[in-house]
Order: sequence, then C-alpha cells, then structure tokens
Amino acid sequence: MTADSVPAKAPPAPPESGKTPTRRRGPARLALALLLPGLLALLLTYALPLVWVLRMSLNEAGEGGLILQTVSLATFADVLGSGHYWNVIGQTVELGVLVTFFTLVVSYPVALFLARTTSRWRSLLVALAVTPLLISSVARTFGWMAILGSQGVINKTLNGLGLIDSPLHLANNLTGVVIASTEIYMPFAILAMISGFGRLDPALEHAAASLGAPRRTVFRRIVLPLTLPGVLTAALLVFVLSLSGYVTPRLIGGGRVFVLATEIYDQAITSLNWPVAAVLSVLLLAVFGVVITLYLWAQRVLEARFTGPQEARS
Amino acid sequence: MNSRRLTPTRAVWAVVLTGLYLFLLAPILIVLVESFDTSSYLRFPPEGFGLDAYRQVFANESFRAGFQVSGVTAAATALLAMVTGVPAALALTRLRFRGRSAIEAVFLSPLLVPHIVLGLALLLILAPIPLTDTYWGLILAHLGVTVPYVVRTVSASLVSADPSAEEAARTLGASGLMTFWRITLPTIRPGLFSGGIIAFLLSFDETVISLFVSGQNTVPLPVAVLQYVEYRSDPSVASLSVLLVLLSVVVVVLVERGLGLRRTLRSG
Repeated sequence: MTADSVPAKAPPAPPESGKTPTRRRGPARLALALLLPGLLALLLTYALPLVWVLRMSLNEAGEGGLILQTVSLATFADVLGSGHYWNVIGQTVELGVLVTFFTLVVSYPVALFLARTTSRWRSLLVALAVTPLLISSVARTFGWMAILGSQGVINKTLNGLGLIDSPLHLANNLTGVVIASTEIYMPFAILAMISGFGRLDPALEHAAASLGAPRRTVFRRIVLPLTLPGVLTAALLVFVLSLSGYVTPRLIGGGRVFVLATEIYDQAITSLNWPVAAVLSVLLLAVFGVVITLYLWAQRVLEARFTGPQEARS
Repeated sequence: MNSRRLTPTRAVWAVVLTGLYLFLLAPILIVLVESFDTSSYLRFPPEGFGLDAYRQVFANESFRAGFQVSGVTAAATALLAMVTGVPAALALTRLRFRGRSAIEAVFLSPLLVPHIVLGLALLLILAPIPLTDTYWGLILAHLGVTVPYVVRTVSASLVSADPSAEEAARTLGASGLMTFWRITLPTIRPGLFSGGIIAFLLSFDETVISLFVSGQNTVPLPVAVLQYVEYRSDPSVASLSVLLVLLSVVVVVLVERGLGLRRTLRSG
C-alpha cells in the first residue's frame, strides 16, 4: 500500500528489496484488469471518435459531398476567412455570455435562500428547484414556445389586457433563446451554487451584524466573497452548457439564430460537409479550452484572496 | 434572524423568490395545462379541457416506436455502463496504484466535451462501419457519456462504505471475488441502483448525440419529439412530456421503495 506515495510522474522504480513484491505487483495487475473494460469503452466511444474529428478537420470537401483525404489547414483557412462563420462564433459567445449572466442573476437569490433557510419547507423547495432537471429540455423548450410565441401566453395576456397592439417578438430571435436557455440552465446553476456555498457560515454574518455592520456591508464583505467560488463554478457550468446547446437555439430560434451547435449539425447532416463540421467542432473545443483556462485562473485568484495576502505572497 | 416577523425586507424577499420560482416552473406549468387542451394546435388559454391529446400520444406511431427504441437502448446502455464502470470504480477507490488520479480524471473527462462535438465524432466513426441508424450504434454512442456517471455514483458509495468489513473478510480467508460478492456488493447496492438508473435516464433522454447517429429506422423518442415539434405544435407533445415525467417519478419511487423494502426484510 506504499505505492500511493510514489508520485505519478516518477519513472518506474526498480522494486525495492525488503518489501513483498507480490503485494505490490498484485494490485497493479488487478487494477489494470478492473480498469480495462471501462478504459476500452471510453477509448471506443469517446477518445477515438474525437481523434477522428481532428483528422477530419484536416481534410477538404470536394464537389458533391466528396471528402478529399488531405492533411492541410485549407478548411480551417476557409472557415476562418469567412465572415459568416465569424458571425456564428460571435453569436455563440454572445449567447453564452448573456445566458450565463441572466442565469446567475436569477439563480443566486434562490440558491442563497435555500442555503440559509431553516424553514421546514426547505427540502420541498430544493426539490422544486431541481425538478426541471427531470424533464427533458425538448419538453421545456416546447413549453417556452407556448409562452413566447406570437400567439403565446405572454402576448395573449398583454393583448387581452390592452397593453399592446401588435405581438412582441419574443420567439424566432436571440431574445427568446436567451429567455428559454436561462430557465433551462437555472436548476444546474442553483445546484452548483448550493454545493459551492459550503463556506457560508451564519455565525460570521451574526458576528458582523452584532458588531454594527449594516446589512449591505454584511452582504458585500461577508456573504458575497464567501459565495463567489460557488458562483464561479455555476458560471463555468452554464457557460459551457450554453456554448454547446442545440435544442433551444434550434426550436426557439426558429432557424434564425445561428450558433456553432446548429451550424455543426447542418454542415454534417444537411450539407454532408464533414470537414467543415469538424473544423467548427475543433473551434468550439478551442473556445471551451479558453473558458476553462479563464475559470482555473479566476479560481486561483479567489483562492489567493481567501488564504489571505500574507500566505498568498509568500 | 430567528424571529419570524414579517418585515419589509422579508416581504420583498418573498415576492422576489416567488417570482423566480414562477419563472423556473413556468414552462412545466404551461406544459401541464396544455396537455389537457382539446384544440388541435397550441393556443392560450386552452379551448376546452379533455384527454384528447393523451389519446393522440398513444395513437402516434413515431412516438410509440421512439419509446421502444429509447427503452431498449437505455436498458442496454445502462447494463453496459454498469459492466464497464463498476469494476473501474472498484479499482479507483479500493486499490492503490501509480497514475490513479490521472485515470480518475480520464474517467470523468467525457463530461467536459460538448455533446454536439461528441455527436459529430460518433457519426464520423460509426458511419463507415456502418453502425449509424442501428441499436448498436445508439448504445455505443450513449456508452461514453453514461460511464462517467456510473463511475462517479458507484465510487461515491464505495468511498462512504466502511472497508473494515472487507478487510475482516479478507483476513478470515475470503477470496477477492468472494469478498466483493458477499460484502462489498450488498453494501453499495443503493449506489449501484442509482448509478444504473442515472445511466438509464441519461440514455433515454439523450437528444443531441442521438440526432447524429440515428436515421430513418431507429429514431429514439427525444429525436422523434424534436422532429415533431419542428414542424407542428399541438398539445400531444405536452401530454407526452407529462407522461414521461410521471414515468420517471414512478421509476424513482419504485426503486426507493424496493431498496427500502429489501433493507427492512434483511434487518428483520
């Protein structure tokens, strides 16, 4: 059981004498046998297919859906040289930023309440907040179509009240996609925030309040900093989910909102242009990489602030 | 903080929270109301209330076929994910070996890849074999995204289970397999069940990846619904959604009951 202390990077050390070699080789062999089926499943259904995408992105599309086996960056050059795809990338990121912002704004009060409440309804309220996860996003998007459409709940109600003459354009555009996506990712954000609010200790708030800090100061100096790590995790989760979201942009966007996900599908299935679909996928993965790097950096900055300036600078 | 008096701040909080909960539950409430609408297209407020839309769901051939495709795929996927994921979880939690944390990361990494990219990737690799538009293609496509969840749930229950009983069995001469079968497996049964259920529900609900690897013949339910909604919007989709929610609630309750029942029988 001493193998645990060996760093993963260390080169295979010669077996040290004095320790029972069978006990050290045994677990390794057993571990390999146990891990093999799972690793094989991941290799076949996830790793290898991703390598195929990379390979495909270096091919070129010929006439009539033909794929030319090349090793070139020509398709990358085509995609990155086209204004249309830059618009798509821009709209994908814009949608991600907007949805993340609004999801955080609407989820934070709910998560904060659920983390602090002592109400006996707490478990029911947590269940209600998470219930939407049980319902497919296709069904919930359908619900939003019924709410946001020109004959939908909102327009019918406002019209009935005489507040508007012509229907508001809430569907078939970015506005509708942002509204529906915000709701669809809200349960994820609430869950991530609640589990990230672990450091929130009511005693600290009581202490600050009893020392005379006004509510606003307590929030700004105590609650907000302590909940920031949870907010950060939720932000990453929602941003990453909405970057790759397909169903809501497709259905609520009504073919008028172009994001990387809908474009990848159209190129692969409708146009049969697999090289371009692969290039767009690689670009999406690149955006993911940037986002996750930013997240890790922000997390480090926060950690440094938590551990205090003296410790962080030493 | 402990006083339950209604202050202005509390009132504002209550209003804000109610509003946010309404927003969160709005599409579900609408789907529930619309599922009883008797008109042939979506309108608000509903024209009349009845079960017409529910009858339509059962009469819809693509929904029925989709239900079967998704059910078979999800069951097979869950089984395969358990067969491959449980041994991996066992190795990752109970054995010490070089590179363990790296392999742990490998097992969670599919969660970080967008499904739209995975869908394309699986299309590219399954199309030439050719496995697209087959049950096997769907099962393989769903396997990669369900294994991480199985590994995570089963690992969690293994970590929380006390390994001293296993050690006792070992020192008393039980073989590794015997220890696993008689001690470890019964201890982590709830974790196994929830891992299997999560894998089943994820596969049953998987839309984007299925969109790429399914064709004309094997269309899973979410894809059938998506294609339906793209061209028509009538209350039958709402009724279908309500039925699916009821089904998943029943599954969860049954599992909960079954586990609880078995536990009481064993302790009695």
